[in-house]
Amino acid sequence: MKRKAFLSGLAVFLALAAVLWLCQRLLMPKYQTGIVEGSMVEEYYREELPHEVLFIGDCEVYENFSPITLWENYGVTSYIRGSAQQLVWQSYYLLEDALRYETPKVVVFNVLALKYNSPQSEAYNRMSLDGMRWSASKAAAIRASMTEDESFVDYVFPLLRYHARWSELTGDDFKHLFSKDLVTHAGYYMRVDVKPQTGFPPPMVLPDYTLGENAMGYLDKITALCKENGIALILIKAPTEYPHWYDEWDAQIVDYAEENGLPYFNYIQLRDEIGLDMTTDTYDAGLHLNTQGAEKMADYFGRYLTETYDLTDYRNDERYAAVWAEKVRYYNDMKEQQYAELAEYGHLVSFGANAIEG
Amino acid sequence: MLFTSYGFIAFMAAVLVLYYLLPKVCQWPLLLAASLAFYAIADWRYLFFIVFTAASAYLIALKLESIEARRKAILAQSPDMTKEEKKALKARHKAAQWRWLLLALFLNLGVLAVTKYTNFVLENLGKLFRDGRFHAIDMIVPMGISFYTFQTVSYVIDVYRGKQTAQRSFPKLLLFVSFFPQLVQGPISRYGDLSKTLYGPHPYDGKAVSFGLTRVLWGYFKKVVLADRIITAVTALIADTAQYTGTYVFVAMLFYAFELYCDFTGGIDITIGLAEAMGIKLAENFNLPYFSKNIKEYWNRWHITMGTWFTDYIFYPISVSKPMLKLSKWSRDHLGKAIGKRVTVYLSCFAVWLATGIWHGAAWNFVVWGLMNFAVIMASQELEPLYAKFHARFHVKGKAPYEVFQVVRTILLMSVIRMFDCYRNVPMTFKMVGTMFTRFNVHVLWDGSLLALGLTGADYGVLLAGFFIVLGVSLYKARRGSVREALYKRPRAALYGVMAALALVIIVFGAYGVGYDSSQFIYNQF
Repeated sequence: MKRKAFLSGLAVFLALAAVLWLCQRLLMPKYQTGIVEGSMVEEYYREELPHEVLFIGDCEVYENFSPITLWENYGVTSYIRGSAQQLVWQSYYLLEDALRYETPKVVVFNVLALKYNSPQSEAYNRMSLDGMRWSASKAAAIRASMTEDESFVDYVFPLLRYHARWSELTGDDFKHLFSKDLVTHAGYYMRVDVKPQTGFPPPMVLPDYTLGENAMGYLDKITALCKENGIALILIKAPTEYPHWYDEWDAQIVDYAEENGLPYFNYIQLRDEIGLDMTTDTYDAGLHLNTQGAEKMADYFGRYLTETYDLTDYRNDERYAAVWAEKVRYYNDMKEQQYAELAEYGHLVSFGANAIEG
Repeated sequence: MLFTSYGFIAFMAAVLVLYYLLPKVCQWPLLLAASLAFYAIADWRYLFFIVFTAASAYLIALKLESIEARRKAILAQSPDMTKEEKKALKARHKAAQWRWLLLALFLNLGVLAVTKYTNFVLENLGKLFRDGRFHAIDMIVPMGISFYTFQTVSYVIDVYRGKQTAQRSFPKLLLFVSFFPQLVQGPISRYGDLSKTLYGPHPYDGKAVSFGLTRVLWGYFKKVVLADRIITAVTALIADTAQYTGTYVFVAMLFYAFELYCDFTGGIDITIGLAEAMGIKLAENFNLPYFSKNIKEYWNRWHITMGTWFTDYIFYPISVSKPMLKLSKWSRDHLGKAIGKRVTVYLSCFAVWLATGIWHGAAWNFVVWGLMNFAVIMASQELEPLYAKFHARFHVKGKAPYEVFQVVRTILLMSVIRMFDCYRNVPMTFKMVGTMFTRFNVHVLWDGSLLALGLTGADYGVLLAGFFIVLGVSLYKARRGSVREALYKRPRAALYGVMAALALVIIVFGAYGVGYDSSQFIYNQF
């Protein structure tokens, strides 16, 4: 009798666990249409081959550099481990996580995130952290990123966070219950449309221009981690002007780079040299580059990379060539699709934050 | 630590597992440690108050018992004592006991009065004298103080009355006072009842554990899925008194009635269920109160342990006190038998309801709320002969439609009185309730206005489904008895399946986490 009761209990418990797991899969946002940024971090694990260049940072990396161009023009294998409002400690732990799978020769870190010294937004945290595979790095990233109202348990069991989505499920949630489509091109978020830069509001006067201790501490950790693993670290500031990058911040990074023997490039000052035209190379009035701009940026940056570092041109390696050919095909297909939508509707319909679910 | 927090759920699970893993002799010490930890996590300073209350009750109860023991010893040593001498001895010792009892009441109720009501008094003195010297001061109000003080007072009075022997172990008495599941919102246990099962030992009993956990889950369902969902609309409705008048007040009234029921009974289900899972029997606090046919019956079914506490420790002592007996006699002699009989009952009732109101909160709203209950109960008692005539003439008594009418009438009446909980002061409550009869905006029920209260159509769907589930379970309980027993008679998977379904529903449909404000149980504030 007792055995029967135990087995009944066990069976019900297992059934409940299975249903909860299914509910979790169903209710977690899929980030396949509209705001796709939440899919970026997990897409990294689908990469078949290692990369020699790894970008880490926020939208200033994943919208401004095209790894496909780096491949096509220089044979450089690269990946952007970017995510929306990726905070510097998230970049650190994402890098630590990536080092479990590969050791790139070069890591590129965009410095804009250093302006944030403390956790900012639950929604952005989730987009950067939910996709990470479980490891000590993920646990540490969560602890470093949580805002006051967040709970670690919600990351362990995301169903507890997303349970309320039952009333807003869409076709995407069912369609992508067990599989997802790629939304990036080696981490690059494609937008081919054009919206010229007109101007930005004047920068606010800040009470203190010192970059935060916590943020700079994590930059130190990134530097140390790269040194430990024999990786060259490059600091960059993407060529876009908004959010404003203050001269005072820039000076601190210049000093930091000098002290640590790191290259630092503020590409805002190099836009003419790169060939960027902010009337045609941006899709959102200068906040981010469009694909045309990202390709120019990648071409310029690729030249520096190949001239400075001992990177391999993998275009003649069959294994790499086959994998990247597929990436190039997908890249070109999406580009064509976006141009077609622009031609038909005058704006993108199935891409971008306001995209309509297909 | 909110009952609905992950922390409490983990705490509860850890205590339950350890409770049955550790040797049985460790069970009650574990509960004491857990209770003190639970209290200290809320605020370590609270510990001083609860230990002081328990210690004073412990020492005074022993003293009361020793006085009685001394009297018995004197009697045993003096077999030749006359009846008058025995009477005098008893009076002397009773007087000594009375002084100790008064000290216990002064200490225990004094802490409650000072911590909970000082600011209420100061604010009112300030208003009365328009004097800046009287202003609210920053004071600690220990969590659950009203509940544990009442428990402690009942213990000392019961020892004084000789109904209860004093507990010789201070840690055991401290556990009675601080038992964590019931610490913040009751039920208000009597020592004589709770001590039978509190100290164990309790071997593992699968039925008790599964029954207890089912009740815990049922409590979470009512609290997290229903009460914490509808609170959004209730808060919106009572916050904007300019916009939400007329029918909105009616809606707020019904929504609040549902919220309070789910919140309070849900919390009590978690409390009693958790205790049950550990083999500890707590007193029931509710008996389908919304099925009551009149307010008196309602108060016999709602917050039962509070009602019986006021009856046993306020109503009866006042009713049989010497001044009251004298007044009763005087009234009968001068005002006639009919009125004279009522005077003492009504005065005692008045005292009970005034105390009940004040116990609920340091605000005039609660005082008026208590007195409104008193007025309605007295009025219905006075109208009893009229009802009897009506029942006899129309033959409606016991007929289902009339009983439904009585139930609905009681719910509406109680809901109106309860509006004093909601609005910020007494005049505002009267004004808002008045708009129900002066502003006719019934269209808000169907023109989509209710969707602007922070609840979506899906939320209303969940609430409606939840309402019918709660109603169905209540009807089953009223007609056939325990739902859990019925499930237990079926293959074991049925009970486990219900537990699993409840867990699933709570997790998926619960109003918790990001986007929801985790709300404290309403009765935790009392």
